[in-house]
Amino acid sequence: MRWYLKAVGPKKIIEFLLLAAFVIFFMGPLLNLALLAFTGNWSYPDPLPREWSLKWWSFVLSRDGIAESIGLSFGIAAIVTAVSILLCVPAAYAFARIRFPLSRFFLFSFLLTHAFPKMGLYVSIAVLFYKIGLMNTLLGVVLIHIINVLMYMTWIPTASFRNVHTAQEESARDVGASPFRVFRSITLPLAMPGIIVASIFTFLSSLDEAQGTYLVGVPNFRTMPVVMYGIITDYPAYAGAVFSIILTAPTLILLLAAQKFVSADVLSSGFQMK
Amino acid sequence: MKAHLSIQKLTKRYKTGDGVTDISLDVKKGEMITLLGPSGCGKTTVLRSVGGFLDPDSGDIMIEGKSVLSAPPEKRPTSMVFQGYNLWPHMTVYENLAFGLKIRKIRKAERDKAISEVLELVRLPGSEKKYPGQLSGGQQQRIAVARSLLLKPAVLLLDEPFSALDAKLRHEMREELREIQAELGLTMVFVTHDQEEALSISDRIVVMNHGQIEQIATPQEIYDEPKSLYVAQFIGKMNFMKGVITEEGIQVGSLHFPNATGLSGEVTVAVRPEDIILESSAGSGLHGIIKQIMVLGHYAEVSADIRNHGVIRAFMARDKVKELQQGQEISVQFSKILAYPQV
Repeated sequence: MRWYLKAVGPKKIIEFLLLAAFVIFFMGPLLNLALLAFTGNWSYPDPLPREWSLKWWSFVLSRDGIAESIGLSFGIAAIVTAVSILLCVPAAYAFARIRFPLSRFFLFSFLLTHAFPKMGLYVSIAVLFYKIGLMNTLLGVVLIHIINVLMYMTWIPTASFRNVHTAQEESARDVGASPFRVFRSITLPLAMPGIIVASIFTFLSSLDEAQGTYLVGVPNFRTMPVVMYGIITDYPAYAGAVFSIILTAPTLILLLAAQKFVSADVLSSGFQMK
Repeated sequence: MKAHLSIQKLTKRYKTGDGVTDISLDVKKGEMITLLGPSGCGKTTVLRSVGGFLDPDSGDIMIEGKSVLSAPPEKRPTSMVFQGYNLWPHMTVYENLAFGLKIRKIRKAERDKAISEVLELVRLPGSEKKYPGQLSGGQQQRIAVARSLLLKPAVLLLDEPFSALDAKLRHEMREELREIQAELGLTMVFVTHDQEEALSISDRIVVMNHGQIEQIATPQEIYDEPKSLYVAQFIGKMNFMKGVITEEGIQVGSLHFPNATGLSGEVTVAVRPEDIILESSAGSGLHGIIKQIMVLGHYAEVSADIRNHGVIRAFMARDKVKELQQGQEISVQFSKILAYPQV
């Protein structure tokens, strides 16, 4: 054992310890969550639960409104993603290709919604929504969610469109394609990775949004995160753990499915101001 | 004979002040024309105007007798090969080549045949299923040329297509392109800033400077009789000296030449390095000292410091420089000179 440590050298050992600390820091809470969710009986000095069970799962799933909230969350996330693609992808193309005055200012302005305290922003929006009758409506909830994702949905596709070289579009025109066909067959497919990444973020961020939905959507629109607030405050931590896993699962599945597209390159290029 | 491509009084000015003014050029069918000049001289502006990617301020562009000015790029009988980024990386070579043919609604059997033929022509047979990312830079440009050839354009436009390639490959591609051009009888307009490239492949060269045409001529003519000092400087190597015109002709130091230019007063005299004769004995020529001798393969470059005229460079056969050495006193004669008004 000792000769082995010596052979590896102190540098490697320190590196390994740092890595281990890092992994524990990240994975520890998640592991704890998983343990809690499947606990039947766990009393203080034991390192692991004495009994495993699915009782908290059946408890959570049997409660009123849970299944509906899951359906509602996914439905809203799908609508938010679709609407923001329709809004932001053309805008991103314009930012990337057309030079217009103040374009950088407009692009930068999407950051503003992230610069203020969220609750303050939501409250002032809620005041506005009261006046125009958008409180407690689907449209109101969708709008609140879109405010959150405008930045990703515009910045990342803008960078993707910029990465499509003009010569690639021009050579398609040159061989006979109309401008619309060039966009459909050349520009859009080449920018697709960025658009997919932004859409996944949008979907996940909408799935995760609680504050704004709570303010604008309650009582009719109780999405998963909103319901979770109730569960955490009203029931033991085990129920909360089960529910967090239900909330985390779609994130993991989507990110795994899209890992081909999600790369540091696509993300970082989205956040370069040019 | 009627011109195949005719550019008439083309003017396009950008806000920055760059652009071209009053460019007129006729290209015959099957001719290979090169637009040559430094960057910013407007050669690409002319090419892009022909291709339809720029709207000229005034003037006309006629192809096969018809004005194409109002047509968008996709409706013009031209095809363009760009400097880079020609291919679409999400499509295979086959799909890249087939894209234009599909738009023209050509049947699959015919399409496949044409594609395998053109790949044969650019010496990349069997590469249909590869993606552009799997090809080298030179291969990508070949595919780009092939895609243009497939569409049988009336005029093929090339915008510095080989400038991103290394020197040896550039050489090869140049030769291949010339062969293909001759074989298919293509009309081609080629843009380059490389005078060697222009000299080697063109039927005629258009030398451009500051948005205007300096000279249009065959490579031979351009090299032997550059019409302006600018062309003389830009094409090939050249030595420049001060001269003066007297009643006896052009005088450079103690040397006299007949004056065929009609110029008078002080002039700039230009001499090609191969038109310089160095003699080791003290002759009647200009006197100087050899500074350096460099053997460059089949010839040698000798630089000599000439009294009152500065350093000149001469090309000599390799065996002749064996008798010369650095620091040696020499006398210099010119077998042929050109004279330009002094600026």
